Amino acid sequence: MISSAIIPQPLARLPWRLIFLVLCIAGIGLLTLYSAAGGSAQPWALKQALIILVFLGVAVGMSWIKESTIKALVFPIYGAIILMLLLTDAMGFVGKGAQRWLDIGFIRLQPSEFMKPAIVLVLARFYELLPAGSIRQWRAIWPAALMIGVPWALILVQPDLGTATMVLLSGITVMFLAGVPMWLFLGGAGLIAAALPIAFTMMHDYQRKRVLIFMDPESDPLGAGYHITQSKIAIGSGGIWGKGYLQGSQSHLDYLPEGHTDFVFATMVEEWGFIGGLVLILAFAFVVRWGMRVAANSRTRFGQLTAAGLTVTIFFYVTINLMMVMGLAPVVGVPLPLVSFGGSAVMTVMLCLGVLMSLERQQRTKSTLA
Amino acid sequence: MRVTPAHQSLAFSRRMLLVGSAQVGLGALLVGRLGYLGISQNDHYRLLSEDNRVQLIPVPPRRGWIIDRNGKPIAINRSSFRVDIIPQQLSDGPRVIRELAQILELSPDELQRVADELKSSRGFQPVSVAENVPYEKYAAIMVRLTELPGVAAARGFNRYYPDGPAVAHLVGYVGTASAKEYEKEKNPLLIIPGFKIGKEGLERSLETSLRGVPGGQRVELTARGKLVRELDPKPDRSGKTVQLTIDQGLQLYAARRMGDQSGALVAMDVATGDMLAYVSMPAYDPNSFSDGIGRTEWRMLSQDDHIPLLNKVTLGLYPSGSTIKPAMALAFLEQGIDPKRRVYCAGGYQIGNRYFRCDAVHGSMDMHSAVERSCNTYFWATGLIADPAKTTEMVHYLGYGEKFDLPVPSQRFGTMPNPDWLMQKYHRKWQGYDSANTSIGQGYVLINPMQLAVMPARLASGKLLKPRLLMAGPRQPAPDVAAKPEHLEIVRSAMAAVVNGSGTAVASKLPLDGIQMAGKTGTAQVFRLESRGHQGNWALRDHALFIAFAPADKPRYAIGCIIEHGGFGASAAAPIVRDTMTYLFDEQKAMDALLPLEQQWGGSLAERNARRSAAFEAAAKFVQSQAQAKAPQPPTT
Repeated sequence: MISSAIIPQPLARLPWRLIFLVLCIAGIGLLTLYSAAGGSAQPWALKQALIILVFLGVAVGMSWIKESTIKALVFPIYGAIILMLLLTDAMGFVGKGAQRWLDIGFIRLQPSEFMKPAIVLVLARFYELLPAGSIRQWRAIWPAALMIGVPWALILVQPDLGTATMVLLSGITVMFLAGVPMWLFLGGAGLIAAALPIAFTMMHDYQRKRVLIFMDPESDPLGAGYHITQSKIAIGSGGIWGKGYLQGSQSHLDYLPEGHTDFVFATMVEEWGFIGGLVLILAFAFVVRWGMRVAANSRTRFGQLTAAGLTVTIFFYVTINLMMVMGLAPVVGVPLPLVSFGGSAVMTVMLCLGVLMSLERQQRTKSTLA
Repeated sequence: MRVTPAHQSLAFSRRMLLVGSAQVGLGALLVGRLGYLGISQNDHYRLLSEDNRVQLIPVPPRRGWIIDRNGKPIAINRSSFRVDIIPQQLSDGPRVIRELAQILELSPDELQRVADELKSSRGFQPVSVAENVPYEKYAAIMVRLTELPGVAAARGFNRYYPDGPAVAHLVGYVGTASAKEYEKEKNPLLIIPGFKIGKEGLERSLETSLRGVPGGQRVELTARGKLVRELDPKPDRSGKTVQLTIDQGLQLYAARRMGDQSGALVAMDVATGDMLAYVSMPAYDPNSFSDGIGRTEWRMLSQDDHIPLLNKVTLGLYPSGSTIKPAMALAFLEQGIDPKRRVYCAGGYQIGNRYFRCDAVHGSMDMHSAVERSCNTYFWATGLIADPAKTTEMVHYLGYGEKFDLPVPSQRFGTMPNPDWLMQKYHRKWQGYDSANTSIGQGYVLINPMQLAVMPARLASGKLLKPRLLMAGPRQPAPDVAAKPEHLEIVRSAMAAVVNGSGTAVASKLPLDGIQMAGKTGTAQVFRLESRGHQGNWALRDHALFIAFAPADKPRYAIGCIIEHGGFGASAAAPIVRDTMTYLFDEQKAMDALLPLEQQWGGSLAERNARRSAAFEAAAKFVQSQAQAKAPQPPTT
């Protein structure tokens, strides 16, 4: 994108605007992690910087992969992830406990994370293969439902409600964009709305309590509502300009739990205020807009659906986390990608961005190749 | 319709628009929520955040003093030494506590309490180990402080009542707040070790003035209670000093003069209604109550038949006896009864089918001589020709059965019966014998010792005085008593004759030149009429009462006194009033009268108290050792 005689062609052709946005977001995240550690690069900021650089490198590297290569790999990868999920669940069953990790010696893999982009890819591939005329037919629906339902169920039993929900939402969005009849979605939404009260009456007491606490976290400020209450205090006490960098009392005095992972946004907003939060949200909005443009400009059906689906995955990642920390959604354990400490979310988002960059590169270069 | 790839592309664009709009909508929701929390609700959340961050380790305020009308101390604070443990800084707990126990000579009970409190403490809140530590032990801890991490030895303040029991029922005492009191107020100050609140008397009713405002060390704490740093301290504000109308010297004198007898004495300034003395004896020592009373002392006090735990001034109710007669006389005069009217006393009086016996055969009596010599027959006979409603109303008007607006936690104000009251309460009509009983202060008449002082004060001044206890209280000019001044003069001269003429209290003349006391004796029946007079059994003897004012010609002070089971008013109560009154005019002369009496009783009030509690303790120990010798030894824990 940057045209200059000095900069070599391959470098100049990178989507610098996106990379700049990603570095911006990651920078805010690293500053926040530095503050959350009490003004220290250890134990989080430094490690996180390394993770981001590595995965950004991976993403940039992925941008040279051709669309045809991706297409060819989609089903094998999806199958492999399903297998890994099965293995994880099985080990969790044997170990009689929650199991999200698959330890393969040198690295611990979280297969459910891979499923987030994979579900988008496999559905995009499926709808590409589906003849255009069949889209309003039953065979446009059940294979897709199965492809979403199996990993969803496997992840849900881990149990990981946050990831399961994201896989479900991403998958449904791809189905929606592929043109599956509208009545299916409206009817589904209506059905869920109707079923909620019934589900509520069938719930166990402790589950019902959780729902009620989500509705009114202050009713149990020291128990299950503690996280959300403290998070809202951190965000609300920041005001317009925040308390100042390294001055956040909620995070520094440990009142805000998980201030470096799921609730990192609260840590950030406490110190940078409404303005800081707005900047971060806008940065994410630009990333999403970039991704949606890639989708709109795609000339292949696979490209369209993949780009839109992966962008929506990133969007859900950010939105569910922000709704959670601001008390608009129950606490489901979804981190804020690129900002929260931890490698999984960074990896997922970078994989998504890598595929998006590859699609974007081909949009620009196709004309010259063709 | 067949769907073609072109259709599909169009559908994708349309649905992209929908998804994009949804994204914008959700983004707007997020920004809106962020703005709502951070801008619109900022004040609310900033407050919550500060509540989280800053904790106050309260420094209790010093309690306000209570002083007498001349500024002499009645309740003050004495510095004392205390030892606390700050759980958070405590390391090697068992060793530290063992050493503390050795230095402070703590009992196993106390050690257990410290251990329990340490277990339930909040980390930065100190746990009290010992209060009122003697200076030597305090110093011993201070030099070893570096070896005792977590131990804090500090100077604190203790309530001190210089006059001890003499002011016990006036000021009450202070003590640690109970769980119930904490529940009611929810003030964290109440649970600071060593903090005391007023439990009785003025200490309780003046709590809001005396307490002051706590200061505190503001500290920043983490969610786990770890101290991060100390912020600027908030200074405490001492409680206000409260000045009473009491004369400390007089109060102490009256208390001492009452000796070991059970009773109450109230003195009033006739010009203002200021209460100069407010004594109920015997009394507990508020100093030992404020430190937390020992079990032995408590048992001693609660088993005493002189009920030292009862404030007799406002809670003791007694028949007024003949002290009602001056008021009765005024009531008769106001109804137009001629003071010269004579009644012949043949030693008793027949009403209906009952014969009421007088104390003596007084012969022909007019009003003056009937008051002077306390002839019941005159009052029975005259009471019968007077209107009982008007008579009782006048007596009530002069103070008997009246409730006063005083800062004391509770008041029992007794009964001044009248025909309406009798109908309401007992559903019967007022009879001749009711008039007769009321005329001599028996029957339903019940008064408290405060009223016993208000009555002579009102008769002496001709003003409807209200008793006052606080110097700062409103000082309203008292209205005149609604009675003819010459009638009041007749009553006053009769009362002067009681002491100075040939009356019942001639033995209690003031030993002062030119100052005469006027008074009236009273003897209140405790048991049946037949057993009146000298009784061997103390608890069956009559109550002795005396009301007085002085100087008789130009009244300045009024005193009311009751001695429970003192026998005749003239013999038990009047001499005490005489000496107390003397004190108001000539302190030296009064002291000269007191000292030989105290010698005879076996030492001063403090000495006798100490001796009695030592005896009681010895007796208690004896009983305990007897019980232990019989019972099998309990296993040591």
